[in-house]
This record gives sequence, structure tokens and C-alpha cells, in this order.
Amino acid sequence: MAKSKKNNDIELGIALPFEAPVARLQSQISELESEQIRTGRDFSTEIRQQRAQYVSMLRKIYQNLTPWETVQVARHPHRPLGRDYIDLLVKNFVELRGDRRFADDKAIFGGFGRIGTEKVMVIGQHKGRDTKEKIAHNFGMAQPEGYRKALRLMKLAEKYKLPVVTFIDTSGAYPGIGSEERGVAEAIARNLLEMSRLKTPIVCVVIGEGGSGGALGIAVGDKVAIMEYAYYSVISPEGCASILWRTAEKASEAADALKLTAPHLQELGVVDEIVLEPLGGAHRNPQEAGHNVEQFIIRNIRALKRFKLENLLDKRYESWRKKGAVLENPPKAKPQSKTIA
Amino acid sequence: MANDVQDTTPYNAESLGDRPQRTKREVPDGLWMRCPKCEAMLYRKAVAENLDVCPECEHHFRMKGWDRVNQLTDPGSFEEHFDNLATVDPLDFKWAGKVYAERIAIEQKKTGINDSILTGVAYIKGRRVALGVMVGEFIMGSMGTVLGEKLARLIELATEQSLPLIVVCISGGARMHEGALSLMQMAKTSAALARYDDAGGLYIAILTDPTTGGTTASFAMLGDITIAEPDAEICFAGARVIANTIKADLPEGFQRSEFLMEKGFIDMIVHRKELRSEIARLIDYCKA
Repeated sequence: MAKSKKNNDIELGIALPFEAPVARLQSQISELESEQIRTGRDFSTEIRQQRAQYVSMLRKIYQNLTPWETVQVARHPHRPLGRDYIDLLVKNFVELRGDRRFADDKAIFGGFGRIGTEKVMVIGQHKGRDTKEKIAHNFGMAQPEGYRKALRLMKLAEKYKLPVVTFIDTSGAYPGIGSEERGVAEAIARNLLEMSRLKTPIVCVVIGEGGSGGALGIAVGDKVAIMEYAYYSVISPEGCASILWRTAEKASEAADALKLTAPHLQELGVVDEIVLEPLGGAHRNPQEAGHNVEQFIIRNIRALKRFKLENLLDKRYESWRKKGAVLENPPKAKPQSKTIA
Repeated sequence: MANDVQDTTPYNAESLGDRPQRTKREVPDGLWMRCPKCEAMLYRKAVAENLDVCPECEHHFRMKGWDRVNQLTDPGSFEEHFDNLATVDPLDFKWAGKVYAERIAIEQKKTGINDSILTGVAYIKGRRVALGVMVGEFIMGSMGTVLGEKLARLIELATEQSLPLIVVCISGGARMHEGALSLMQMAKTSAALARYDDAGGLYIAILTDPTTGGTTASFAMLGDITIAEPDAEICFAGARVIANTIKADLPEGFQRSEFLMEKGFIDMIVHRKELRSEIARLIDYCKA
């Protein structure tokens, strides 16, 4: 998994195009450092200056990310994935497998665990890091079994009064023959319905890609957060561009138009909170990212557990019911022709 | 008479932005039309009088929203609700020189309907029902905030008044122009259905050609009883998306009503002319 690259603030790994100036600066710093070791000369002042410049440059770039750049950060190959958050913030994880109907879908994992002092049911999507792992996890694109496993575990959590925590990171549900013939639409729909009335608190965090119905299928909860550089959208920017602009190359424009970044989504009322990421994105400091996610989860679980069940469910219903406000015009006088066959 | 009946072009489940292109060859304007299935030349008026079903081969053409309402309900019984809602264009959406707000105004003028669903209370063979009919000719029956709100209100009305709920689906999926808020309507309508279910309501979903994307993955697949019209395309991901993903041909009849019934996702395939009596029969079984 990500362990070799994790926790290394300096080693950038694969730089995104808009990060090129930072990457250059970074290699200059490493050169100076090795030069210092090799020659014994003191470059510490220069190194300190360049490090300060690195930080300010990184901050500036990340404060001004375009929506399309944000999508790329959300898909960054070193970004912490679903299972990485298990390592980062879940203790004593007990994985549970299978939907009891067809198979165990590895695109979605789940099981008991402790976050802080809270016993919870954790459910998440996992894309896989290297090629082999990606194939095993189907790139995080779940089939009906994944959603049905998730529901099975949520029902288990309901029975034992454990809060449910979900980590969302998928480009979408898997568009395949088996997925369709085993009813991926029905599986997602059923989760939406059951999650809306599940008798235990549910906290959801979009950690990377919130890809349409495939994401929503495990993202109906009392509190929904999105990480600062994650995105959540009805369709991928590429998909939207190829339909509306008739070319996937307009993905950047589509990303702007779709308002899919965290601040927009909070403004629109799609999400309740934004979980801040470390300087330069979660991939530069997974520990810090994990800590922030953990704080969000613990704070909300504690608050939600105080509600009476009935109030919890009413509040959940209201929060989903109000998503997507519409204009209410005065009722029209109805022409008779409309109502008569 | 439906103008859309000649739509035979396969389309992506998510291609809601623009209407599928017409295959002009099959569309002789005027009094006559060609059935895309049996290729018979048909007198338009005869097709209309036959509930938009081909008199030769029983091919079910797509129906316009109001035609469907009139076909399903007892004459004059449909009482429309929530037709005063309109989108706030939450994203201020513009694309390739086009403006969503203008597009909506055009669609509203063209159809005389505020968005892609008609909602109200009506009688079907004397049984009072809450009825939602999606409007296929309104941006491909795509689901945005207005559809979500109208349908949620209809479900709440059905819950309060203990009415059976009938929803006729025809949809290209979630509407891109309202972004993630369109997606949220899937959860909103499903949550309303959960409460209706808790209250003991009877929900009959009627799936017609085509029912796709976010619509399928929410209220379309949540019926207590699910009916489909013959040979309707019903799917989550569109055939083209799947073919592109798996780089292989799709099986014969894939994602059609008959296929879904075989796979266990719908209860029955009902000819359009039998729909009213089938709905009435089901209501009588479930309501005292």
C-alpha cells in the first residue's frame, strides 16, 4: 500500500502538472542537501530560504487550485485510499466479508473497529494502489455485491447500536454486464432507502472521488463531510464534457461548471462540513489528514449519540429533504384543457 | 401525438444534455410514420388512437407526459399538484455558449410543464391514487431538483392521505446541469419512500422506455410492485458505456424489460392497454 511513500513530506513522488514549480524547487533543495553532505560546505541558510519558499509556493498553488486541478489532486496516485484510513485512524479493525447472496466485492470493505474510544462499523471504498491491487479491488468500482455487503453490515450495526462510518472514494459503480444483470441500480436504490431510516448514527466522509450514484450508495448519513481537495459530482468532468461539449478535452470547463469542489458543495448544501487537508494535500502528510478525519468523526459521533433515536431520524430526514431548494411560484390558474382527457 | 416516438438512437444513460438525434430516415413528416421495429408504414392518427402502440407489431412508442396521464387516469380526474415549482438554477450552469436557465424556459414553453414530472391525485378505474408521470420530452426526463421536490411532496401527500402511489418512469438519469444537487434527489426521494413504506403505503413503479441512470438507481427500483412495458430499456449504465468499458459485445436483449424480468428485478410486463386494469387489480389486493 502507500506505506513506502507515506509520511515523507519532501519526497514528492509524481508531481501534477500545476505542481511543476514546487517539484523543481524541491529537487533543488535535495541537490543542495546532498552537495552539503558531499562537500562539507554549509548551505543551511540557502536550504532554509528555499524551504520557506517551497512552503509559500505550495500554499499559494493549493489556495488557487482550479476545480479541474482539484479533481487531479483527488485522484493523485499517492493520495491516501479507503484502507489507508483504516491504518491511520481505526484501531482493532475486524473485517467482515461477503453479501451472503453472491460474492465478496473487494471494491467495498467493511468491519468492526474503534475510532478514538468509539466502537463503530466502518465501511469504505478502496481503489487499490499498485496495478495488482487495483485489479483485485476493481479500481474501487463496486458491483451490486459491494452495496449489498455494505447494507448487510449497516443492518448489523443497527442491531448492536454501533454508529456507522463510511469512507467514499470511487469514480462510480462498475458499468459491466454482471453488475447490471445482478441489479446494481436496485442495490444502490435499496441502500439509499435503508440508510435514510437506519436506526443508528451514520457519518460519511468523501475522501477522494465522490463519483455519482456509486458514491451516494454508501453516503446517506446524519453528517456528510468532504475533504478539502476531494470532489463530489453527478458525473465525471470528462463524462459531462463529452456529452455537453461533445469532447472529453473540455473536462476542465465541465469541472468549473459542475461546481464539484468542497467549498461549492458546502455552499449548495450537498455536504455539511469540510475536513481540512495538510499543506499541499493529503498525500503530502497522510497522518495529518487522518488526524483531521478522525477528529471530525469522533466529534460528530459523540454529538449524534446524544440524540433520541426518533429525533436523530427526523433530523436526518429533514437534512436530506431540504437538499435542492426550488422556487415556489404562486400556483397557476389551471386551464381546463389540461385536466380533461 | 408524440413527436418523440421515432427516437431509436441508442444513447448513453448519462446523455441528458441534448436530446438523442432523430434518425431522419425513419421519420416521414406529416400523416404517416414508420415503426422502427416492424418498419410498417403507419397512419399517425391510428397510432395515437392505439395508445401510441404500433397496430402491426405492438411496439410501444414513447408517450408524452400529458398523453400518459390521460391514458392512465379516469377522464377528467387528474388534479395536478406542485406545478408552481421551478428550478433556481443552483449552479448558474452554462456550457459551450448555452445557458441552462434559457434551456429550461424553452422546455417549459414547449411542454407547458414546469419540469420533468407531472404530479397529482387522480382516479384509476375509480381508485384514488397519488400519481407521478415523468415527462420524457422535458430534457429526456432528467432528474433535477424540481423533479426531486415534486416527487418527494407527492410521496408525502400519499403518506398523509394513505393513497396508493403510482410513478411512471421515463428518464435519461440525473440532470447534469444541476450538478450534485441532482444526485441528492435520488436520496431525497428514496428517504420519502422509506417513510411511505413505514406508513404501510403501496408503491407501484411503472418502468417505460427508457428508464436509466440515477432514476433507476433510486425510486424506479423501489416499488413494492414493479411493472415494465414491453421491450423497454431499463438500466443503470447505458449500453454504450458498458461496451466501452468491457470492450465486448453485449448479450441479445440485454437491459430490456424481458431480460430484467428473467433476472428477477420486475414483477410483470404489461401491455399499455392493460395497465389501468392491472393497477386496479393490484390496488384491490393491497388495499381493503
